[in-house]
Amino acid sequence: MHRKVAANGNEAIANAMRIANPDVCGAYPITPATEIMQRFTTFVSNGKVKTEMVLAESEHSAMSACIGAAAAGGRVATATSSQGMALMWEMLFIASGLRLPIVMGMANRALSAPINIHGDHSDGMGARDCGWIHLYCENAQEAFDNMLMAFKLAEHMDVRLPVMVGMDGFITSHAIQTMEWIDDETAANFIGEYKSTNPLLDIKNPVSYGPLILADLYMEYRKAQEHVMSGVPKVVLDIAKEFEQISGRKYGLFEEYRLDDAEVAIVVMSSAAGTTKEIIDQFREKGIKVGLLKPRLFRPFPYAEVGEALKHLKAVAVLDRADCFGGSHGPLYVDIASALYNYAQRPVLINKIFGLGGRDYMPDHAEYVINELLQITKDGKVKSVKEYIGVRE
Amino acid sequence: MAENMEIRWHGRGGQGTVTAAKVFADACLSGGRHVQAFPEYGPERAGAPLRAFNRISDRELRLHCPVMNPNIVVVVDATLLDSIDIAAGVPDDAAFIINSSKDPKELRAKLHAKPSQRVFTVDATKIAVDTIGRPMPNATLVGALTKVSGLITIEAAMSDVEKSFGKKFSRKIIEGNIEATKRGYEEVLEG
Repeated sequence: MHRKVAANGNEAIANAMRIANPDVCGAYPITPATEIMQRFTTFVSNGKVKTEMVLAESEHSAMSACIGAAAAGGRVATATSSQGMALMWEMLFIASGLRLPIVMGMANRALSAPINIHGDHSDGMGARDCGWIHLYCENAQEAFDNMLMAFKLAEHMDVRLPVMVGMDGFITSHAIQTMEWIDDETAANFIGEYKSTNPLLDIKNPVSYGPLILADLYMEYRKAQEHVMSGVPKVVLDIAKEFEQISGRKYGLFEEYRLDDAEVAIVVMSSAAGTTKEIIDQFREKGIKVGLLKPRLFRPFPYAEVGEALKHLKAVAVLDRADCFGGSHGPLYVDIASALYNYAQRPVLINKIFGLGGRDYMPDHAEYVINELLQITKDGKVKSVKEYIGVRE
Repeated sequence: MAENMEIRWHGRGGQGTVTAAKVFADACLSGGRHVQAFPEYGPERAGAPLRAFNRISDRELRLHCPVMNPNIVVVVDATLLDSIDIAAGVPDDAAFIINSSKDPKELRAKLHAKPSQRVFTVDATKIAVDTIGRPMPNATLVGALTKVSGLITIEAAMSDVEKSFGKKFSRKIIEGNIEATKRGYEEVLEG
């Protein structure tokens, strides 16, 4: 029933979209996400899905088409990367503000200038506060699984928010890996039928989307949006439980790897977490207590749960595959620091910026970071809170 | 051979190196193995040097970075031997498979290979011209790699070449590639 294959991340996302069978897909191609839409439009042409493809003239238009179609009452999906995501930015807020359950695959890629087609998290982090739910994936399997769960999550009646699913550009999007498909029928039943809420096309019950709301009620609207977001983690966990029943694979808000009894830990997202786990095992073999926390649900960020999972540690390194310019730390570091600040006893926290524009994250980088954490536990000295690693001198 | 095998391919754009890495990974899936196949994406131009990688293991593969210490190095284009250090990071028990009409002993000397390292050659370009009618050495090298790695049978490799090439090419080209794979397996020389 569950077929093992060798597939890349783009193929995984395209197939999850095929199974979800969206009513409408508005898209514009961009490296490294192009292959998602290339594969998906093939499904459309071959009649594997009943989706109406809108090949737009830009990503701004692609997202606008998605918004219109979702408001009209259809299941909607798309995919993008980097500059494409940046060009959508204005419309991302419209999608979330209107509570439209659009699902978007994202092959994370660096932003220009200088132009660079390779993987980092600048695009996703730039869209951090746009009111979308963010899920991040370590490998092609997780890209497939998270994309399937994303439809159920976005369309859940307690949520009705757009979801983006991020995987590392090229590293995951283009690397062929062993993964397991879930058969179409089981996966489609898991996602379920699309239920529209207040569709524009229901002419017997006319509704208005995007009205003007001024100072009298704008703040109440925003508070309501925040309230809905705060309920998302519970739904994420409920859906993960249901998903485990059809797949045998467990998902949480984040993954904890050998963290329970650890003294030091690395926090890192996406593909770099896999490489880090290999190195953690090597340290564990020497009896050194190292662990890892890999965020999966990045927005809304599960601050309380992450704080509980990390508070017992002596030192933690947060690895960011994006930087915030302006003298600040990386975006993930800022979240982890917020999660830990209110604990009287908390780990020493350091920040490493790595892997920008596709710079490889190698096993010796993980080793370097772990050794620094171990040194901090011995002498308490932090040489610098933030550092770029893997940089050519 | 090790339970965890890492392979590095050196080729030039347009020689089908990336396809070869994918086909080999696919063929290794049988028996529940975990596989990876991924190229290094640079400026994609015909003739530009490129690298591609495989990892094949009984365990889940969690490393997501280039292969630094390959058990097998496959050189798709022998002109790269003069411009690139194809032996970078190789362990003492590594094997080299080089597309060349030369005697493997000659290339062993050129590479300064250690006695514990194995050096193989196969005239993949000539075999490709004979079988496919085009100098596309990739299928022949999949055959040679099948022999040297010992991971899969030649039948498995041939059936995967058929499956992978079947999506894109005419029956004549597919048959040629299957034959090239078989000849690569049979004609690879150790020295």
